[in-house]
Amino acid sequence: MNAERISAHASMPSKQPLDRRDRGGQAQPLLSVRSLRKHFVIKKDFFGRPVSQVHAVDGVDFDVLKGETLGIVGESGCGKSTTARLLMQLLKPDAGEVIFDGDPVGKPGGLSLREMRRQVQMVFQNSYASLNPRMSVEESIAFGPQVHGLGKKEANARARKLLDQVGLLPNQFASRYPHELSGGQRQRINIARALALEPRLLILDEAVSALDKSVEAQVLNLLVDLKQEYGLTYLFISHDLNVVRYISDRVMVMYLGRVAEMGESESLYNAPAHPYTRALMSAMPSMDPDNRTQTAPLVGDPPNPIDLPPGCRFCPRCSMAVDKCSVQEPELASLNDQQVGSRQHQSACWRAADVQALAATPISEEVLS
Amino acid sequence: MTSTSIDVASKVEAPSIAPSRGYWGPVFRRLSRDPVALIAGIILLCILAMALFSPWLAPMDPYKTSMINRLQPIGTPGHWLGTDELGRDMLSRLIYGARLSLLIGVMPIVNAFVIGSAIGIVAGFVGGKTNTVCMRIIDVFYAFPAVLLAIALAGALGAGIVNSLFSLTVVFIPPIARVAESVTTQVRSVDYIEAARASGAGSLKIIRCHVLGNVLSPIFVYATSLVSVSMILASGLSFLGLGARPPMPEWGLMLNTLRDAIYVNPWITILPGVMIFTVSICFNTLSDGLRSAMDVKL
Repeated sequence: MNAERISAHASMPSKQPLDRRDRGGQAQPLLSVRSLRKHFVIKKDFFGRPVSQVHAVDGVDFDVLKGETLGIVGESGCGKSTTARLLMQLLKPDAGEVIFDGDPVGKPGGLSLREMRRQVQMVFQNSYASLNPRMSVEESIAFGPQVHGLGKKEANARARKLLDQVGLLPNQFASRYPHELSGGQRQRINIARALALEPRLLILDEAVSALDKSVEAQVLNLLVDLKQEYGLTYLFISHDLNVVRYISDRVMVMYLGRVAEMGESESLYNAPAHPYTRALMSAMPSMDPDNRTQTAPLVGDPPNPIDLPPGCRFCPRCSMAVDKCSVQEPELASLNDQQVGSRQHQSACWRAADVQALAATPISEEVLS
Repeated sequence: MTSTSIDVASKVEAPSIAPSRGYWGPVFRRLSRDPVALIAGIILLCILAMALFSPWLAPMDPYKTSMINRLQPIGTPGHWLGTDELGRDMLSRLIYGARLSLLIGVMPIVNAFVIGSAIGIVAGFVGGKTNTVCMRIIDVFYAFPAVLLAIALAGALGAGIVNSLFSLTVVFIPPIARVAESVTTQVRSVDYIEAARASGAGSLKIIRCHVLGNVLSPIFVYATSLVSVSMILASGLSFLGLGARPPMPEWGLMLNTLRDAIYVNPWITILPGVMIFTVSICFNTLSDGLRSAMDVKL
């Protein structure tokens, strides 16, 4: 099964349309994030030094490979959206670097912020708040290209083409205003708006979470189609495990501002190697009434992100914690896996192997059936 | 792909044929259903027409004095609203007075609207220390009572229409800037501003395309409500001899010069006051109507 996937991935480059902006070739990650950190200061002392701060994103490393969909999951407050905003440079990171196709972003000699924003675009969760209520749909979509120097006529033509592409009739929708549209329609427009700059990487920050299930499915299918058509790479942020599994090639699980586990989506869903991932999986409702979840998968709330516990962040809620866990924080480490490089299954847990061994128990079977 | 997406569209998105009315359509529709605001608007339009066409509307020359016909009562043939203390026709003076009174009542607000909005929007959009500095400076002006500040400035600059326009402008910049700042701060953190920034637009472009349209209407409503205050302050300045000078027909000044005649013919004396009252209450009512017509969550 693993061999199949490897060959499937190996043959992928030929299927992807070649992008002339591609620099490092297929092997180079499109986006590399290294020790990204953002702490929000909530209280300062008299001299302006931070007294307490929220560790929103606390040293995150990951790669997004060309043409893949990387899913990011985690409960609310774990730093998913902050990560997205840091990547777009809507927030200024405290530390860490973002490398886009081999070029450091916003550094001398690297990629300028403006050029990066042309190649990376974002779709926000709140479909209504992310559209200007005083702009027609066409103006909203055409705004980005106009900023980058396209004439009004060409920009409007592109907007209409994109409207068509996201499944809305241009003649009917181009002159409409956001409050006249449904949530699904608005989110399609947000996607069109993001695509208007012809980005290579699209960050979808809970883009389908606010939609009801049937509309969500349509938008997801649209995203899959668009990805094929434009050779896009997705960074798909969601708290919905099923959706992430459906759309993602690889999945990253975040907990309190750090990466808990990362790996190929099949491998991660079949054999989670972090107790937190395992708890998340068992929290997914089963479709089979005979296989009800009997016990609460997780007890307690996540610890206060202002005062983090020593050692592993998940330790206070973990059912498998040993003494070592409350003392030393585990780093993200690769498991024994046939994959290479960024595709490796990694987990930040001292007992990763033990957790994976547990995966043979019915709990995951039930979830995956 | 294109054909499939059209298929999806026709299946999924129920076609709604109703044409888009945009933003201003519903606002005007709601305003037209508010009888009080409508009446206030019509009265204001009449007074505006009065100011514009005063040479044709006024029955007599507003400067022509006649010592024989001093302080004629209302209803005198030839002088339907009577005459003032120098025998000038009150009706003509009230009609001509609309020009100057509207000018020095509305112009400061227009100026303050432009300048105050600019300060408030920039401060609110940039935020941080710039915002604090701008707003504290504005607060200094705001701390003075408006009347006192206007009188002090006009007094220091000397009497005259231009000076009173200037001092009133200064008086009205702080409140408008405050409102502009608070509205902009709200808009600034909304997702569509972030989306615009994510598409690489600079701050000026974002302010011009995304902030202004969403911020100007609340500021505009607030500014219209200030017109009434400005009218009263301008009249007050003229009354004190700091604005228009005799023999110009200006309502505040007329109130001042007729003051001595209040025991002789009180009804004539209050006529300019009635005009000031009418105009300011109409502006207030209209701005209330505008507020409720615009203040609808889209």
